[in-house]
Amino acid sequence: MANTELMEGKPPVAVAPGGGLLDWRYVRYRFAHSPLALLGLAIILFVLAVMALAPWIAPYDPARLDLLHRLAPPGPLHWFGTDQVGRDILSRIIWGSRVSVTVGFGIVAISMLCGTALGAFSGLAGGGIDTAIMRVMDVLLSFPSFVMAMALAAALGPNLTNAMLAIAVVRIPFYVRLARGQALSLRERPYVKAAETFGASRIHIVIRHIIPNAMAPIIVQSTLDIGVAILTASALSFIGLGAQEPTAEWGAMVASGRDFLLDQWWYPTFPGLAILVTAVGFNLLGDGLRDIFDPRLRGK
Amino acid sequence: MSFANTIRRRLILLVFVVFGVSVVTFVISHLIPGDPARMMAGERATNETVAHIRAELGLDKPVPVQYIEYVRGLLHGNFGISIRTQRPVIDDILLFFPATIELAVAALLLAIILGIPLGVLSAVAKDRAVDQVSRTISVTGISTPAFWLGLLLIYVFYGRLGILPGSGRIASDIPPPPAVTGFYTIDALIAGDGRAFVSALTHLVLPALTLGFIHLGIVTRQIRSAMLEVLQEDYIRTAKASGISRARIVFHYALRNALIPSVTMIGLAFGDLLYGAVLTETVFAWPGMGNYVVQSITALDFPAIMGFTVVASTAYVLLNMLVDLVYMALDPQIREVG
Repeated sequence: MANTELMEGKPPVAVAPGGGLLDWRYVRYRFAHSPLALLGLAIILFVLAVMALAPWIAPYDPARLDLLHRLAPPGPLHWFGTDQVGRDILSRIIWGSRVSVTVGFGIVAISMLCGTALGAFSGLAGGGIDTAIMRVMDVLLSFPSFVMAMALAAALGPNLTNAMLAIAVVRIPFYVRLARGQALSLRERPYVKAAETFGASRIHIVIRHIIPNAMAPIIVQSTLDIGVAILTASALSFIGLGAQEPTAEWGAMVASGRDFLLDQWWYPTFPGLAILVTAVGFNLLGDGLRDIFDPRLRGK
Repeated sequence: MSFANTIRRRLILLVFVVFGVSVVTFVISHLIPGDPARMMAGERATNETVAHIRAELGLDKPVPVQYIEYVRGLLHGNFGISIRTQRPVIDDILLFFPATIELAVAALLLAIILGIPLGVLSAVAKDRAVDQVSRTISVTGISTPAFWLGLLLIYVFYGRLGILPGSGRIASDIPPPPAVTGFYTIDALIAGDGRAFVSALTHLVLPALTLGFIHLGIVTRQIRSAMLEVLQEDYIRTAKASGISRARIVFHYALRNALIPSVTMIGLAFGDLLYGAVLTETVFAWPGMGNYVVQSITALDFPAIMGFTVVASTAYVLLNMLVDLVYMALDPQIREVG
């Protein structure tokens, strides 16, 4: 999808020297000296808090109609105004975080799990199987992924679950490639060779040695990906292929607010701002993590 | 690796990509619950009419036969008939493609013109206030929903200030210039039609800003990280030690070398513009491929969706090939090593 080429082109490399355990003191030190990464973390914690506390902090029921106060501008009663049936936009954004952000996590979880498993398998299997899997991935990566996600979502039927699945499917190849690269480099490590010598099964090696050691770059990639996933899911909802009314989903809210743009600017503006702020949070944190985990940038 | 080798590898990939895309889109189009023949005939059509249309579209044949016929058509440049517009899909694509390319080129130019100085500044002043500001701008760029930014720009520049148009490619009372390149701005200049040029240009501003801002982030990040890498090199230290001015080091030595890896990223970003274009075109009613495909998807017009996907994927692979070739031309090391 958009915005991700940079990350895909240059996957974050390795963990601590030797690919072993993380040096947490170093991570903490770098974090404390990276104001933007801290800002990202703060934004994410804020969003997660809003998600958790939605029932207590939302001033109104997000589905409550109030036909007397339709399209009310922002004011003391409704901080972000109301929509065309008088629902409080702030409350819908607060509840919508549970939809939009959860979908983002869901997309990344699905694509990361499937992609990592397949990539690790491909890298370890080697030979013809590896070549075949990677050629298929090359082909999949050459598809315009957003268009494929749109077509899949349309074919499966426009709802949020299908949109989530469609986006997750088109993102799998990125993780396959990343995990395979990790597996290729890890399988030459002495401890993996040792395990092989002792007759450990392939599954055992993947689960015990490859996956734990390959995780750092994959976690960095997935942090950056959550932002992308939230943006993409909201984009599908915006064009009508994701969440449908009356679900309080940020992209769908911008879409309904579009008709009121010129006279009631607040209606599409605030839900879009929520998407922006959340995506900024994940991107800042992901960038910070990448700087920390990428040894090539150390000491710069 | 030689030029010929790169071209050969990419062309082989292209064959697989087109094959893959055709299979995937074909399968998808047969998974959908709707009946294209009935959609084409309209709700009130009799069963006989629907059956007639089904036979006409070849939908009554076995699925593998349909697939073979579809691929045979593709090879002859025949993408089928759009269910929605009732025109050959290839004609629709040829009609809408130039508008998308014009928008994408304008957006990419904006992103490059602003992104390169911002990235250089950011790298030279790493971790200082300028760098933080520039990084914030670029992160905001990649985090902004294109459809939302488009709406905000329409609100401000069309709704409030009234200085720029908010939709379309050219004013409705001005006939489009005779097509030469398919770009309204350039065609208007060729035709010497000042009014059409101004109208086309003002219509282009907001969509290009929307799409360009998203890519500004990508360009800035790429230039920054490439510059940081180059500034660590020994030859830069040598240049500094020789007392060469800072400006000359940055622009003459560092930037030139930082641009080489950036060509790849920026080239790939151009492929990504397709994604942004789909949303931007929807918001601005820009009559391009993005708008076309969204409308086709809403109407479950699968011949159109399949045609678009095949063309877009082909363009993407060819673009990658071009980027590889430019990269090789710029960096002799790669040519000789590979």
